[in-house]
Amino acid sequence: MLTERSENYSWQRPHLIKSKNKRIIIYFLVLAYLIFTFISLEIDPQRILLGLSRSQKYFADFFRPDFISRGESIMDGIIESLTMTYVATIFGIIISIPFAFGAAENISPKPIYFLSRAVIVISRSFQEVVIAIFFVVVIGFGPMAGVLTLTFSSIGFLAKLLAEEIEDIDWSQVEAVKATGASWPQLMTYAILPQILPRFIGLAVYRLDINFRASAVIGVVGAGGIGTTLNAAFDRYEFDSASAILIVMIAIVLLGELFSSFIRKKLK
Amino acid sequence: MPKNDYNWQLKGRVRILREILFWAAGIWLFIYCWNIISARTMWPFVYDGAEQASKLLMRMFPPNWPYFLNLIRPIWDTITIATLGTIAAILLSLFVAFLAAENTSPHPILRQLALLIIVTSRSVSSLIWAIILVIILGPGVLAGIIAISLRSVGFVSKLLYESIEEIDKEQVEAVEATGASKFSTLIYSVVPQVFPSFVGTAVYRWDINIRESTVVGLVGAGGIGLQLNEAILGLKWPDAIIIFMMILSLVLFSELFSAKIRKILI
Amino acid sequence: MLKINNLHKQYPGGDLALEGINLELKKGEIAAVIGPSGAGKSTLIRCINRLVESTAGEIILEDQDINQLSKKELKEKRRKMGMIFQEYALVERLTVMENVLSGRLGYLSFWRAWLRRFPQKDINQAYQLLERLGLKDHLNKRADHLSGGQRQRVGIARALIQNPDLLLVDEPTASLDPKTARQIMRLITEMARERELAALINIHDVLLAREYVSRIIGMRKGKIVFDGSPADLNKETLTTIYGKEDWNNFKNKDQENSASEGGNDLADREKRKLQLAASSSN
Repeated sequence: MLTERSENYSWQRPHLIKSKNKRIIIYFLVLAYLIFTFISLEIDPQRILLGLSRSQKYFADFFRPDFISRGESIMDGIIESLTMTYVATIFGIIISIPFAFGAAENISPKPIYFLSRAVIVISRSFQEVVIAIFFVVVIGFGPMAGVLTLTFSSIGFLAKLLAEEIEDIDWSQVEAVKATGASWPQLMTYAILPQILPRFIGLAVYRLDINFRASAVIGVVGAGGIGTTLNAAFDRYEFDSASAILIVMIAIVLLGELFSSFIRKKLK
Repeated sequence: MPKNDYNWQLKGRVRILREILFWAAGIWLFIYCWNIISARTMWPFVYDGAEQASKLLMRMFPPNWPYFLNLIRPIWDTITIATLGTIAAILLSLFVAFLAAENTSPHPILRQLALLIIVTSRSVSSLIWAIILVIILGPGVLAGIIAISLRSVGFVSKLLYESIEEIDKEQVEAVEATGASKFSTLIYSVVPQVFPSFVGTAVYRWDINIRESTVVGLVGAGGIGLQLNEAILGLKWPDAIIIFMMILSLVLFSELFSAKIRKILI
Repeated sequence: MLKINNLHKQYPGGDLALEGINLELKKGEIAAVIGPSGAGKSTLIRCINRLVESTAGEIILEDQDINQLSKKELKEKRRKMGMIFQEYALVERLTVMENVLSGRLGYLSFWRAWLRRFPQKDINQAYQLLERLGLKDHLNKRADHLSGGQRQRVGIARALIQNPDLLLVDEPTASLDPKTARQIMRLITEMARERELAALINIHDVLLAREYVSRIIGMRKGKIVFDGSPADLNKETLTTIYGKEDWNNFKNKDQENSASEGGNDLADREKRKLQLAASSSN
């Protein structure tokens, strides 16, 4: 056995923030922020109670989804959403490629780099709904506004992630192929594409999934798709139909997830 | 020496045929979808779109700078919605992810339930949650917070349970082998292992939520979306551009901030 | 103190990992388990503290059959069994001190564990262990910032702070360079002797086993095929354990080895013994 010594050692887990004063100040600031925001919430318990009692009926409707009475418009909305999703994702893929190369720091000249980055930032900063509002105002209600919206937000997403992929390209592989005397198209197909294609396909499938979910909300502001149907159902307080729409959407997202995991497995 | 040609082809004839078929199907589907959309589009409006857009931009200038002062409170609310919504989602998702991860889930039925919660939450956008919640709770920031957190629970839980499933089993065994209780094992071996990816996910989601909370106001759930709705419905374009600029800077700020936090914590 | 009767383990896939293991270990006895990979060494050790559940047989530790214990009793029993792993199995993002103290978790309430409020006695012991193992300067380093040898020392400290009766050691040297491997092996056997711990050490390095341990158990295909002193390990016995191979050079090399390095080792050991004697008389 080890000998017992009389002196006591002290040990404390090292803190993330070393200085004690700093730590206290940060804790205090966080606490103050939380308290302040809670006060600024202005929760009105009476309104909530009233709402809860009123919404009991809606909740009951939610658990009795009705696929039939609005069946036709649900079907129509879903088809519109799916077509919007597909078309916009394809457009997004095609347009995002030049922007991705433009936004890759290692191969792009400075002016083009900044221009591409600016487009990406604007596309990523605005939520789809905000963009949809803009397009609806410009070209009117309907699925075309939705397609433009989804295309625009796909560009930023795909171009940014693809640009990162291009920046990570292993140039020794490119040089090795170049050393065999390959031409530029050969260089692309043998050295560059194999490095970025698998990830890009994965991203595109992921974006397809995001676009479908987004297509359900931009309808709320009139940009077509199942969102229009859903919004109408909420407006008419037809919660049984709304619930049916949500269930169909969840099912499609689930199917999409199965599909994308299937694709990802194939790519490996 | 026997004359023998080796037969090597990366893509056999069948495979080439299959690829052609795949591409043809994809293109056909694209044309088919495009026709559906085209039939539902008022083309004259679309041709007119560019002109409309430039007119719109013209009408935005000069921006109504003083309007900025009216936006301070909505921006504060937007940040509040994102922050509190994310915090609530994180607390919930700790629980959901623990139930959903194969190696920590106490029961297969609970696991399926957790997975159902995750997919439901992920499939329904925050704006739709907001519509429902505004009906129940009435308009206001609270509905926005709950909407954001309901949407985020699935996202955070999914990434968290995936990282729980990827932990090093030996580290868990080692703590278990000391005779530690289940809870102690959890805090000493599972938590430290998933902490970095958890913080990363949470901060990333907060960043996304800033963007999301700019729109929940459109349906009355608080934040800057409310002002956006008013400005557009009232055709007050000089106000709208200020709002757009505010959203842009808010999002950029949140991106910088979250990158900084991630660097400190991980 | 440890008695294993007719232990079987069949994995769900149908693989028979252990087939009728019988083994007895007395207090303070150190045994090395050697054998080819896949012989069931790891499974045997993991069955003893039930990280792996055996399918049949008895494991009697201090008059209790481990396989019959309830969950709570098992936890109490596990406190008395220290385990050392091949890949160290430290919690990498925790500090050295937290890793060592995690050996005491079995005695700690949930809240104290959460808040890292360890009893003073445990902290003292952790300091002494780390001092002894030469890690005094690394207390607050994160485990993933240590070298392999240092990590394994932390692993040893974590097992010893449990004050176990039995030490289960799974390939402690497999991930280390030869020199560090010897140091670690020496530390484990030395510490076990000081504390009169029984220890079961899985090791694939026969030379190391022969040098530091007085009893060798050979396993092959889930069965014990050899049990004796290092001196009994010869061409025939090695062939029964590992299969046919030219074992002639093996022995000679080993003797050269111990002749050239042994002196140094011995001197080291003497020094330690003196230190020990001095400290225990205080």
